[in-house]
Amino acid sequence: MTAISLKNLDISYGPTKVVEAASFDVAEGESFALVGESGSGKSTILKAIAGLAPDWTGEITVLGQPRGHSVDHGFASRCQMVFQDPYGSLHPRKSVDRVLSEPLKIHGISNRDARVEDMLAAVGLDRRFRFRYPHQLSGGQRQRVAIARALMLEPKVMLLDEPTSALDVSVQAEILNLLKKLRREQGLTYLMVTHNLPVVSFMCDRMAVMHKGRIVEIAPASALHDGRFQDPYTQSLYAASGGNPDRKD
Amino acid sequence: MTTMTDWLLDDSPTSRVQASLGRGYRMIRLLMRNPLAVIGAVILLTLIFAAVFAPWIAPHSPLGQNLSQRLLPPSSTHWMGTDELGRDIFSRVIYGARITLMIVALVAVIAAPLGLLIGAVSGYFGGWTDKVLMGVTDVFLSMPKLILALAFVAALGPGIENAIIAIAITSWPAYARIARAETLTFRNAEFISAMRLLGASHARIITGHVLPLCTSSMIVRVTLDMAGIILTAAGLGFLGLGAQPPLPEWGAMISRGRAFILDQWWVATMPGFAIIVVSLGFCFLGDGLRDVLDPKQGGKS
Repeated sequence: MTAISLKNLDISYGPTKVVEAASFDVAEGESFALVGESGSGKSTILKAIAGLAPDWTGEITVLGQPRGHSVDHGFASRCQMVFQDPYGSLHPRKSVDRVLSEPLKIHGISNRDARVEDMLAAVGLDRRFRFRYPHQLSGGQRQRVAIARALMLEPKVMLLDEPTSALDVSVQAEILNLLKKLRREQGLTYLMVTHNLPVVSFMCDRMAVMHKGRIVEIAPASALHDGRFQDPYTQSLYAASGGNPDRKD
Repeated sequence: MTTMTDWLLDDSPTSRVQASLGRGYRMIRLLMRNPLAVIGAVILLTLIFAAVFAPWIAPHSPLGQNLSQRLLPPSSTHWMGTDELGRDIFSRVIYGARITLMIVALVAVIAAPLGLLIGAVSGYFGGWTDKVLMGVTDVFLSMPKLILALAFVAALGPGIENAIIAIAITSWPAYARIARAETLTFRNAEFISAMRLLGASHARIITGHVLPLCTSSMIVRVTLDMAGIILTAAGLGFLGLGAQPPLPEWGAMISRGRAFILDQWWVATMPGFAIIVVSLGFCFLGDGLRDVLDPKQGGKS
Protein backbone atom coordinates (compact mmCIF):
# COMPACT_ATOMS: atom_id res chain seq x y z
CA MET A 1 0.00 0.00 0.00
CA THR A 2 1.19 3.50 -0.69
CA ALA A 3 1.57 5.78 2.28
CA ILE A 4 1.48 9.04 0.37
CA SER A 5 0.36 9.49 -3.18
CA LEU A 6 0.35 12.81 -5.05
CA LYS A 7 -1.23 13.17 -8.46
CA ASN A 8 -0.88 16.29 -10.54
CA LEU A 9 -0.60 18.52 -7.52
CA ASP A 10 -0.57 22.28 -8.15
CA ILE A 11 -0.12 24.54 -5.15
CA SER A 12 -0.38 28.32 -5.15
CA TYR A 13 0.04 31.11 -2.65
CA GLY A 14 -2.45 33.70 -3.85
CA PRO A 15 -1.85 34.32 -7.57
CA THR A 16 1.62 32.73 -7.67
CA LYS A 17 1.89 29.07 -8.49
CA VAL A 18 4.56 27.57 -6.29
CA VAL A 19 4.35 23.90 -7.24
CA GLU A 20 3.24 22.54 -10.60
CA ALA A 21 2.11 19.07 -11.55
CA ALA A 22 3.86 17.22 -8.76
CA SER A 23 3.24 13.47 -8.74
CA PHE A 24 4.94 10.75 -6.77
CA ASP A 25 4.15 7.78 -4.56
CA VAL A 26 5.77 6.89 -1.28
CA ALA A 27 5.42 3.25 -0.25
CA GLU A 28 4.56 2.34 3.31
CA GLY A 29 7.69 2.09 5.40
CA GLU A 30 9.74 3.93 2.83
CA SER A 31 11.88 6.97 3.49
CA PHE A 32 11.51 9.43 0.66
CA ALA A 33 13.41 12.69 0.23
CA LEU A 34 12.44 15.89 -1.52
CA VAL A 35 15.58 17.68 -2.60
CA GLY A 36 16.13 21.03 -4.23
CA GLU A 37 17.38 24.53 -3.72
CA SER A 38 15.64 27.15 -1.59
CA GLY A 39 12.33 28.27 -3.03
CA SER A 40 11.90 25.20 -5.22
CA GLY A 41 8.62 24.34 -3.49
CA LYS A 42 9.65 21.31 -1.47
CA SER A 43 8.42 22.57 1.91
CA THR A 44 5.22 23.74 0.25
CA ILE A 45 4.41 20.17 -0.77
CA LEU A 46 4.76 19.08 2.86
CA LYS A 47 2.53 21.92 3.98
CA ALA A 48 -0.13 20.97 1.44
CA ILE A 49 -0.10 17.36 2.63
CA ALA A 50 -0.33 18.55 6.23
CA GLY A 51 -3.17 20.93 5.40
CA LEU A 52 -1.31 24.15 6.11
CA ALA A 53 -1.28 25.32 2.48
CA PRO A 54 -4.95 24.84 1.54
CA ASP A 55 -4.82 26.40 -1.92
CA TRP A 56 -4.11 23.38 -4.10
CA THR A 57 -5.63 21.33 -6.90
CA GLY A 58 -4.93 17.74 -7.83
CA GLU A 59 -5.07 14.71 -5.60
CA ILE A 60 -3.40 13.91 -2.30
CA THR A 61 -3.91 10.50 -0.75
CA VAL A 62 -2.49 9.54 2.61
CA LEU A 63 -2.68 5.87 3.67
CA GLY A 64 -5.40 5.24 1.13
CA GLN A 65 -7.61 8.13 2.23
CA PRO A 66 -8.02 11.23 0.08
CA ARG A 67 -6.88 14.36 1.85
CA GLY A 68 -9.16 17.36 2.37
CA HIS A 69 -8.04 20.93 1.98
CA SER A 70 -7.79 21.84 5.63
CA VAL A 71 -6.48 20.45 8.86
CA ASP A 72 -8.68 17.72 10.27
CA HIS A 73 -8.97 15.89 13.55
CA GLY A 74 -8.76 12.29 12.36
CA PHE A 75 -5.85 12.96 10.04
CA ALA A 76 -3.78 14.05 13.03
CA SER A 77 -3.35 10.54 14.37
CA ARG A 78 -2.19 9.18 11.01
CA CYS A 79 0.24 11.81 9.83
CA GLN A 80 2.37 14.31 11.73
CA MET A 81 5.00 16.86 10.89
CA VAL A 82 8.32 17.93 12.41
CA PHE A 83 9.31 21.50 11.67
CA GLN A 84 12.60 22.97 10.67
CA ASP A 85 13.21 25.41 13.48
CA PRO A 86 13.17 23.86 16.95
CA TYR A 87 13.26 27.37 18.41
CA GLY A 88 10.00 28.34 16.73
CA SER A 89 8.09 25.10 16.97
CA LEU A 90 7.76 24.90 20.76
CA HIS A 91 5.48 27.17 22.76
CA PRO A 92 7.83 29.38 24.81
CA ARG A 93 5.66 29.26 27.95
CA LYS A 94 4.88 25.56 28.11
CA SER A 95 6.94 22.90 29.78
CA VAL A 96 7.96 19.75 27.95
CA ASP A 97 5.33 17.88 29.93
CA ARG A 98 2.55 20.24 28.78
CA VAL A 99 3.73 20.10 25.17
CA LEU A 100 3.64 16.30 25.14
CA SER A 101 0.37 15.93 27.07
CA GLU A 102 -1.50 18.38 24.83
CA PRO A 103 -2.01 16.00 21.86
CA LEU A 104 -3.27 13.33 24.27
CA LYS A 105 -5.72 15.78 25.82
CA ILE A 106 -7.00 16.88 22.40
CA HIS A 107 -7.73 13.30 21.45
CA GLY A 108 -8.97 12.28 24.88
CA ILE A 109 -6.34 9.63 25.40
CA SER A 110 -5.91 8.52 29.01
CA ASN A 111 -2.87 7.29 30.91
CA ARG A 112 -1.03 10.46 29.95
CA ASP A 113 1.69 10.31 32.60
CA ALA A 114 3.02 6.94 31.50
CA ARG A 115 2.78 7.80 27.81
CA VAL A 116 4.76 11.00 28.26
CA GLU A 117 7.45 9.18 30.21
CA ASP A 118 7.68 6.42 27.60
CA MET A 119 7.94 8.90 24.78
CA LEU A 120 10.70 10.87 26.53
CA ALA A 121 12.63 7.64 26.86
CA ALA A 122 11.99 6.76 23.21
CA VAL A 123 13.47 10.03 21.95
CA GLY A 124 16.40 9.78 24.32
CA LEU A 125 15.51 12.56 26.76
CA ASP A 126 16.19 12.04 30.43
CA ARG A 127 13.23 12.20 32.85
CA ARG A 128 14.60 15.32 34.47
CA PHE A 129 13.84 17.30 31.32
CA ARG A 130 10.14 16.62 31.67
CA PHE A 131 9.17 19.77 33.55
CA ARG A 132 11.63 22.13 31.91
CA TYR A 133 10.68 25.02 29.68
CA PRO A 134 12.01 25.35 26.13
CA HIS A 135 14.46 28.09 27.10
CA GLN A 136 16.12 25.62 29.44
CA LEU A 137 16.82 23.20 26.58
CA SER A 138 19.44 23.12 23.84
CA GLY A 139 18.53 23.09 20.15
CA GLY A 140 18.98 19.36 19.84
CA GLN A 141 16.90 18.70 22.95
CA ARG A 142 14.15 20.96 21.62
CA GLN A 143 14.10 19.05 18.35
CA ARG A 144 13.80 15.80 20.30
CA VAL A 145 10.80 17.28 22.10
CA ALA A 146 9.29 18.34 18.75
CA ILE A 147 9.79 14.80 17.39
CA ALA A 148 8.27 13.36 20.56
CA ARG A 149 5.24 15.64 20.21
CA ALA A 150 4.73 14.46 16.62
CA LEU A 151 4.94 10.84 17.71
CA MET A 152 2.57 11.16 20.69
CA LEU A 153 -0.46 10.16 18.61
CA GLU A 154 1.44 7.20 17.10
CA PRO A 155 1.15 8.32 13.48
CA LYS A 156 2.32 6.07 10.67
CA VAL A 157 3.50 8.83 8.35
CA MET A 158 5.94 11.55 9.35
CA LEU A 159 6.58 14.70 7.35
CA LEU A 160 10.02 16.06 8.18
CA ASP A 161 10.73 19.63 7.09
CA GLU A 162 14.53 19.95 7.17
CA PRO A 163 14.57 18.57 10.71
CA THR A 164 18.29 19.11 11.21
CA SER A 165 19.20 22.20 9.20
CA ALA A 166 18.86 24.56 12.18
CA LEU A 167 21.17 22.45 14.35
CA ASP A 168 24.93 22.29 14.48
CA VAL A 169 26.75 19.39 12.89
CA SER A 170 27.34 17.10 15.86
CA VAL A 171 23.72 17.48 16.99
CA GLN A 172 22.51 16.87 13.43
CA ALA A 173 24.04 13.42 13.51
CA GLU A 174 22.33 12.62 16.82
CA ILE A 175 18.92 13.68 15.54
CA LEU A 176 19.36 11.77 12.26
CA ASN A 177 20.33 8.65 14.15
CA LEU A 178 17.31 9.11 16.39
CA LEU A 179 15.00 9.46 13.39
CA LYS A 180 16.52 6.38 11.81
CA LYS A 181 16.08 4.39 15.00
CA LEU A 182 12.46 5.51 15.43
CA ARG A 183 11.62 4.56 11.87
CA ARG A 184 13.04 1.10 12.37
CA GLU A 185 11.28 0.58 15.72
CA GLN A 186 7.87 1.96 14.82
CA GLY A 187 7.73 1.13 11.12
CA LEU A 188 7.24 4.77 10.13
CA THR A 189 7.08 6.24 6.67
CA TYR A 190 9.17 9.37 6.21
CA LEU A 191 8.71 12.13 3.69
CA MET A 192 11.66 14.37 4.27
CA VAL A 193 12.54 17.75 2.83
CA THR A 194 16.21 18.62 2.75
CA HIS A 195 18.82 20.38 0.68
CA ASN A 196 21.56 18.31 2.18
CA LEU A 197 22.50 15.38 -0.08
CA PRO A 198 24.56 13.47 2.55
CA VAL A 199 21.44 13.42 4.73
CA VAL A 200 19.55 11.83 1.85
CA SER A 201 22.10 9.10 1.35
CA PHE A 202 22.11 8.41 5.10
CA MET A 203 18.36 8.44 5.70
CA CYS A 204 16.42 7.79 2.53
CA ASP A 205 15.60 5.10 0.01
CA ARG A 206 14.50 7.32 -2.84
CA MET A 207 14.55 10.99 -3.69
CA ALA A 208 12.66 13.46 -5.85
CA VAL A 209 14.61 16.42 -7.14
CA MET A 210 12.70 19.68 -7.44
CA HIS A 211 13.55 22.71 -9.49
CA LYS A 212 11.41 25.85 -9.84
CA GLY A 213 8.27 24.14 -8.56
CA ARG A 214 8.55 21.04 -10.72
CA ILE A 215 9.82 17.59 -9.95
CA VAL A 216 12.57 17.06 -12.47
CA GLU A 217 13.66 13.59 -11.48
CA ILE A 218 12.86 10.74 -9.11
CA ALA A 219 15.89 8.60 -8.41
CA PRO A 220 16.96 5.95 -5.90
CA ALA A 221 19.25 7.26 -3.17
CA SER A 222 21.92 4.89 -4.47
CA ALA A 223 22.31 7.22 -7.43
CA LEU A 224 24.14 9.53 -5.03
CA HIS A 225 26.96 6.97 -4.93
CA ASP A 226 27.42 6.43 -8.64
CA GLY A 227 26.12 9.78 -9.90
CA ARG A 228 23.66 8.14 -12.32
CA PHE A 229 21.24 11.02 -12.76
CA GLN A 230 19.31 11.68 -15.96
CA ASP A 231 18.30 15.30 -15.66
CA PRO A 232 20.88 18.04 -16.34
CA TYR A 233 19.69 20.07 -13.31
CA THR A 234 20.14 17.08 -11.02
CA GLN A 235 23.59 16.52 -12.41
CA SER A 236 24.60 20.10 -11.74
CA LEU A 237 23.13 19.92 -8.22
CA TYR A 238 25.06 16.72 -7.63
CA ALA A 239 28.26 18.26 -8.94
CA ALA A 240 27.75 21.44 -6.87
CA SER A 241 27.38 19.43 -3.69
CA GLY A 242 30.75 17.76 -4.34
CA GLY A 243 29.72 14.47 -5.93
CA ASN A 244 29.55 11.26 -3.94
CA PRO A 245 28.80 12.29 -0.37
CA ASP A 246 30.42 9.17 1.09
CA ARG A 247 33.64 9.61 -0.78
CA LYS A 248 36.49 10.51 1.53
CA ASP A 249 38.97 12.96 0.08
CA MET B 1 15.34 27.73 54.06
CA THR B 2 18.20 26.91 51.69
CA THR B 3 16.64 23.55 50.89
CA MET B 4 13.39 25.34 50.10
CA THR B 5 15.18 27.75 47.72
CA ASP B 6 17.11 24.89 46.16
CA TRP B 7 13.88 23.02 45.64
CA LEU B 8 12.30 26.06 44.01
CA LEU B 9 15.27 26.78 41.76
CA ASP B 10 15.91 23.15 40.81
CA ASP B 11 16.85 22.97 37.13
CA SER B 12 15.10 19.65 36.76
CA PRO B 13 11.83 19.89 38.67
CA THR B 14 10.15 16.58 39.33
CA SER B 15 6.53 17.70 39.28
CA ARG B 16 4.24 20.23 37.65
CA VAL B 17 3.75 22.08 40.94
CA GLN B 18 7.46 22.45 41.53
CA ALA B 19 8.02 23.71 37.98
CA SER B 20 5.38 26.43 38.20
CA LEU B 21 6.30 27.44 41.74
CA GLY B 22 9.91 27.71 40.62
CA ARG B 23 8.89 29.99 37.77
CA GLY B 24 6.90 32.17 40.13
CA TYR B 25 9.74 32.33 42.62
CA ARG B 26 12.23 33.39 39.93
CA MET B 27 9.86 36.18 38.84
CA ILE B 28 9.39 37.45 42.38
CA ARG B 29 13.14 37.43 42.90
CA LEU B 30 13.64 39.47 39.73
CA LEU B 31 10.92 41.86 40.83
CA MET B 32 12.51 42.29 44.24
CA ARG B 33 15.71 43.49 42.61
CA ASN B 34 13.90 46.57 41.31
CA PRO B 35 13.57 49.06 44.20
CA LEU B 36 10.82 51.10 42.54
CA ALA B 37 8.76 47.97 41.95
CA VAL B 38 9.14 47.07 45.60
CA ILE B 39 7.95 50.55 46.62
CA GLY B 40 4.97 50.13 44.28
CA ALA B 41 4.18 46.71 45.70
CA VAL B 42 4.41 48.05 49.26
CA ILE B 43 2.03 50.91 48.43
CA LEU B 44 -0.48 48.52 46.90
CA LEU B 45 -0.20 46.08 49.78
CA THR B 46 -0.84 48.99 52.14
CA LEU B 47 -3.88 49.96 50.07
CA ILE B 48 -5.22 46.42 50.20
CA PHE B 49 -4.47 46.19 53.92
CA ALA B 50 -6.24 49.50 54.57
CA ALA B 51 -9.25 48.41 52.54
CA VAL B 52 -9.58 45.04 54.26
CA PHE B 53 -9.04 46.27 57.82
CA ALA B 54 -10.67 49.69 57.45
CA PRO B 55 -13.02 49.30 60.46
CA TRP B 56 -10.08 48.51 62.74
CA ILE B 57 -7.67 51.11 61.37
CA ALA B 58 -9.98 54.09 61.06
CA PRO B 59 -10.20 55.94 64.39
CA HIS B 60 -13.62 57.46 63.63
CA SER B 61 -16.68 56.63 61.59
CA PRO B 62 -16.31 57.72 57.95
CA LEU B 63 -19.91 58.90 57.84
CA GLY B 64 -20.63 60.15 61.36
CA GLN B 65 -21.08 63.91 61.37
CA ASN B 66 -20.10 66.20 64.19
CA LEU B 67 -20.95 69.77 63.30
CA SER B 68 -19.21 71.20 66.37
CA GLN B 69 -15.87 69.91 64.99
CA ARG B 70 -16.14 71.00 61.38
CA LEU B 71 -13.10 72.02 59.33
CA LEU B 72 -10.55 71.35 62.04
CA PRO B 73 -6.91 71.36 60.87
CA PRO B 74 -4.82 68.16 61.18
CA SER B 75 -4.11 67.33 64.83
CA SER B 76 -3.41 64.32 67.02
CA THR B 77 -7.12 63.40 67.25
CA HIS B 78 -7.88 64.09 63.56
CA TRP B 79 -4.68 63.17 61.69
CA MET B 80 -5.86 64.69 58.43
CA GLY B 81 -8.28 67.19 59.90
CA THR B 82 -12.06 67.20 59.49
CA ASP B 83 -14.31 68.25 56.63
CA GLU B 84 -17.24 70.65 56.45
CA LEU B 85 -19.55 68.19 58.24
CA GLY B 86 -17.05 67.38 60.99
CA ARG B 87 -16.15 63.95 59.60
CA ASP B 88 -12.63 62.65 60.18
CA ILE B 89 -10.80 62.85 56.83
CA PHE B 90 -8.27 60.14 57.73
CA SER B 91 -11.07 57.66 58.38
CA ARG B 92 -12.73 58.66 55.12
CA VAL B 93 -9.51 58.19 53.18
CA ILE B 94 -9.07 54.74 54.74
CA TYR B 95 -12.61 53.72 53.83
CA GLY B 96 -12.13 55.33 50.41
CA ALA B 97 -9.43 52.73 49.76
CA ARG B 98 -12.21 50.14 49.61
CA ILE B 99 -14.06 52.04 46.91
CA THR B 100 -10.91 52.71 44.92
CA LEU B 101 -9.84 49.10 45.14
CA MET B 102 -13.29 47.92 44.10
CA ILE B 103 -13.34 50.22 41.08
CA VAL B 104 -9.87 49.15 39.99
CA ALA B 105 -10.52 45.46 40.48
CA LEU B 106 -13.89 45.45 38.76
CA VAL B 107 -12.65 47.47 35.79
CA ALA B 108 -9.70 45.09 35.44
CA VAL B 109 -11.97 42.06 35.70
CA ILE B 110 -14.38 43.38 33.08
CA ALA B 111 -12.15 45.22 30.64
CA ALA B 112 -8.97 43.13 30.49
CA PRO B 113 -10.49 39.73 29.61
CA LEU B 114 -12.89 41.36 27.15
CA GLY B 115 -10.10 43.22 25.38
CA LEU B 116 -7.83 40.20 25.49
CA LEU B 117 -10.39 37.91 23.92
CA ILE B 118 -11.48 40.35 21.20
CA GLY B 119 -7.88 41.15 20.33
CA ALA B 120 -6.76 37.53 20.25
CA VAL B 121 -9.72 36.40 18.11
CA SER B 122 -9.20 39.31 15.78
CA GLY B 123 -5.47 38.72 15.36
CA TYR B 124 -5.75 34.94 15.13
CA PHE B 125 -8.39 34.75 12.42
CA GLY B 126 -7.46 37.90 10.47
CA GLY B 127 -9.46 38.77 7.37
CA TRP B 128 -13.03 39.91 7.84
CA THR B 129 -13.22 39.01 11.52
CA ASP B 130 -10.25 41.26 12.10
CA LYS B 131 -11.69 44.12 10.06
CA VAL B 132 -15.06 44.08 11.83
CA LEU B 133 -13.70 43.70 15.36
CA MET B 134 -10.98 46.29 14.89
CA GLY B 135 -13.51 48.68 13.33
CA VAL B 136 -15.59 48.51 16.48
CA THR B 137 -12.45 48.92 18.56
CA ASP B 138 -11.45 51.99 16.56
CA VAL B 139 -14.84 53.59 17.15
CA PHE B 140 -14.34 53.28 20.90
CA LEU B 141 -10.70 54.35 20.70
CA SER B 142 -11.51 57.49 18.74
CA MET B 143 -13.36 59.07 21.65
CA PRO B 144 -11.63 60.59 24.66
CA LYS B 145 -11.93 58.29 27.64
CA LEU B 146 -13.40 60.68 30.16
CA ILE B 147 -15.88 62.16 27.69
CA LEU B 148 -17.12 58.70 26.68
CA ALA B 149 -17.37 57.67 30.32
CA LEU B 150 -19.28 60.89 31.01
CA ALA B 151 -21.70 60.10 28.21
CA PHE B 152 -22.28 56.58 29.54
CA VAL B 153 -22.78 57.75 33.10
CA ALA B 154 -25.13 60.46 31.89
CA ALA B 155 -27.13 57.80 30.05
CA LEU B 156 -27.05 55.20 32.83
CA GLY B 157 -27.44 57.62 35.71
CA PRO B 158 -24.83 58.62 38.29
CA GLY B 159 -23.55 56.04 40.76
CA ILE B 160 -20.48 54.00 41.47
CA GLU B 161 -21.64 50.86 39.58
CA ASN B 162 -22.40 52.86 36.47
CA ALA B 163 -19.06 54.63 36.74
CA ILE B 164 -17.33 51.24 36.83
CA ILE B 165 -19.25 50.02 33.79
CA ALA B 166 -18.51 53.26 31.94
CA ILE B 167 -14.79 53.08 32.69
CA ALA B 168 -14.65 49.41 31.70
CA ILE B 169 -16.38 50.16 28.40
CA THR B 170 -13.87 52.87 27.64
CA SER B 171 -10.75 50.93 28.55
CA TRP B 172 -11.10 47.60 26.73
CA PRO B 173 -10.17 48.85 23.22
CA ALA B 174 -6.56 49.54 24.22
CA TYR B 175 -6.26 45.97 25.53
CA ALA B 176 -7.80 44.57 22.37
CA ARG B 177 -5.21 46.43 20.33
CA ILE B 178 -2.32 45.08 22.38
CA ALA B 179 -3.64 41.53 22.32
CA ARG B 180 -4.13 41.71 18.57
CA ALA B 181 -0.62 43.07 17.95
CA GLU B 182 0.81 40.41 20.20
CA THR B 183 -1.19 37.66 18.48
CA LEU B 184 -0.12 38.82 15.01
CA THR B 185 3.53 38.29 15.93
CA PHE B 186 3.05 34.57 16.43
CA ARG B 187 -0.14 33.57 14.62
CA ASN B 188 1.95 31.95 11.88
CA ALA B 189 4.52 30.54 14.26
CA GLU B 190 5.29 26.87 13.92
CA PHE B 191 4.10 26.02 17.41
CA ILE B 192 0.63 27.21 16.42
CA SER B 193 0.76 25.22 13.15
CA ALA B 194 1.93 22.19 15.10
CA MET B 195 -1.15 22.47 17.33
CA ARG B 196 -3.41 22.70 14.28
CA LEU B 197 -1.80 19.57 12.89
CA LEU B 198 -2.40 17.77 16.16
CA GLY B 199 -6.09 18.37 15.62
CA ALA B 200 -6.64 21.18 18.14
CA SER B 201 -9.71 23.35 17.54
CA HIS B 202 -9.44 27.10 17.03
CA ALA B 203 -11.05 27.73 20.42
CA ARG B 204 -8.51 25.48 22.11
CA ILE B 205 -5.59 27.15 20.38
CA ILE B 206 -6.81 30.65 21.25
CA THR B 207 -7.51 29.93 24.91
CA GLY B 208 -4.69 27.48 25.53
CA HIS B 209 -1.87 28.77 23.37
CA VAL B 210 -2.51 32.31 22.16
CA LEU B 211 -3.91 33.93 25.30
CA PRO B 212 -1.15 32.78 27.67
CA LEU B 213 1.37 34.57 25.46
CA CYS B 214 -0.66 37.80 25.51
CA THR B 215 -1.31 37.87 29.24
CA SER B 216 2.10 39.09 30.38
CA SER B 217 2.03 42.26 28.29
CA MET B 218 -1.61 42.62 29.30
CA ILE B 219 -0.82 42.44 33.03
CA VAL B 220 1.83 45.11 32.58
CA ARG B 221 -0.50 47.34 30.62
CA VAL B 222 -3.41 46.90 33.03
CA THR B 223 -1.18 47.72 36.00
CA LEU B 224 0.09 50.84 34.29
CA ASP B 225 -3.48 51.79 33.32
CA MET B 226 -4.71 51.44 36.90
CA ALA B 227 -3.40 54.93 37.63
CA GLY B 228 -5.48 56.27 34.75
CA ILE B 229 -8.54 54.32 35.89
CA ILE B 230 -8.25 55.73 39.41
CA LEU B 231 -7.93 59.22 37.97
CA THR B 232 -10.94 58.72 35.69
CA ALA B 233 -12.98 57.37 38.60
CA ALA B 234 -11.87 60.30 40.74
CA GLY B 235 -12.69 62.63 37.86
CA LEU B 236 -16.20 61.22 37.60
CA GLY B 237 -16.53 61.45 41.37
CA PHE B 238 -15.33 65.05 41.25
CA LEU B 239 -17.94 65.88 38.65
CA GLY B 240 -20.59 64.29 40.84
CA LEU B 241 -21.23 61.42 38.41
CA GLY B 242 -19.38 58.68 40.26
CA ALA B 243 -19.81 57.77 43.89
CA GLN B 244 -22.65 59.67 45.51
CA PRO B 245 -22.52 61.30 48.96
CA PRO B 246 -21.99 60.26 51.63
CA LEU B 247 -19.70 57.55 50.18
CA PRO B 248 -16.09 58.49 50.99
CA GLU B 249 -14.83 58.34 47.40
CA TRP B 250 -11.57 60.26 46.97
CA GLY B 251 -12.62 62.22 43.87
CA ALA B 252 -15.91 63.25 45.45
CA MET B 253 -14.04 64.30 48.60
CA ILE B 254 -11.77 66.59 46.59
CA SER B 255 -14.83 68.01 44.90
CA ARG B 256 -16.37 68.90 48.28
CA GLY B 257 -13.09 70.32 49.51
CA ARG B 258 -12.74 72.60 46.53
CA ALA B 259 -15.02 75.14 48.18
CA PHE B 260 -12.59 75.56 51.08
CA ILE B 261 -9.31 75.03 49.22
CA LEU B 262 -7.80 78.39 50.18
CA ASP B 263 -8.69 78.49 53.88
CA GLN B 264 -8.93 74.78 54.76
CA TRP B 265 -6.41 73.27 52.33
CA TRP B 266 -6.39 69.82 53.99
CA VAL B 267 -9.95 68.97 53.00
CA ALA B 268 -9.05 68.64 49.31
CA THR B 269 -5.35 67.86 49.67
CA MET B 270 -5.53 64.68 51.77
CA PRO B 271 -7.66 62.60 49.38
CA GLY B 272 -5.71 64.09 46.46
CA PHE B 273 -2.53 62.91 48.10
CA ALA B 274 -4.00 59.43 48.47
CA ILE B 275 -4.87 59.36 44.76
CA ILE B 276 -1.35 60.40 43.79
CA VAL B 277 0.34 57.85 46.04
CA VAL B 278 -1.80 54.96 44.85
CA SER B 279 -1.44 55.95 41.19
CA LEU B 280 2.31 56.14 41.61
CA GLY B 281 2.28 52.76 43.31
CA PHE B 282 0.55 51.19 40.31
CA CYS B 283 2.95 52.90 37.90
CA PHE B 284 6.04 51.71 39.78
CA LEU B 285 4.74 48.18 40.03
CA GLY B 286 3.75 48.21 36.35
CA ASP B 287 7.23 49.31 35.34
CA GLY B 288 8.79 46.59 37.44
CA LEU B 289 6.42 43.96 36.06
CA ARG B 290 7.27 45.02 32.54
CA ASP B 291 10.92 44.28 33.18
CA VAL B 292 10.07 40.86 34.56
CA LEU B 293 7.25 39.76 32.29
CA ASP B 294 8.26 41.30 28.98
CA PRO B 295 7.90 38.47 26.48
CA LYS B 296 11.01 39.61 24.66
CA GLN B 297 13.02 38.93 27.77
CA GLY B 298 11.07 35.91 28.95
CA GLY B 299 13.22 33.49 27.00
CA LYS B 300 16.48 34.78 28.43
CA SER B 301 15.64 35.01 32.09
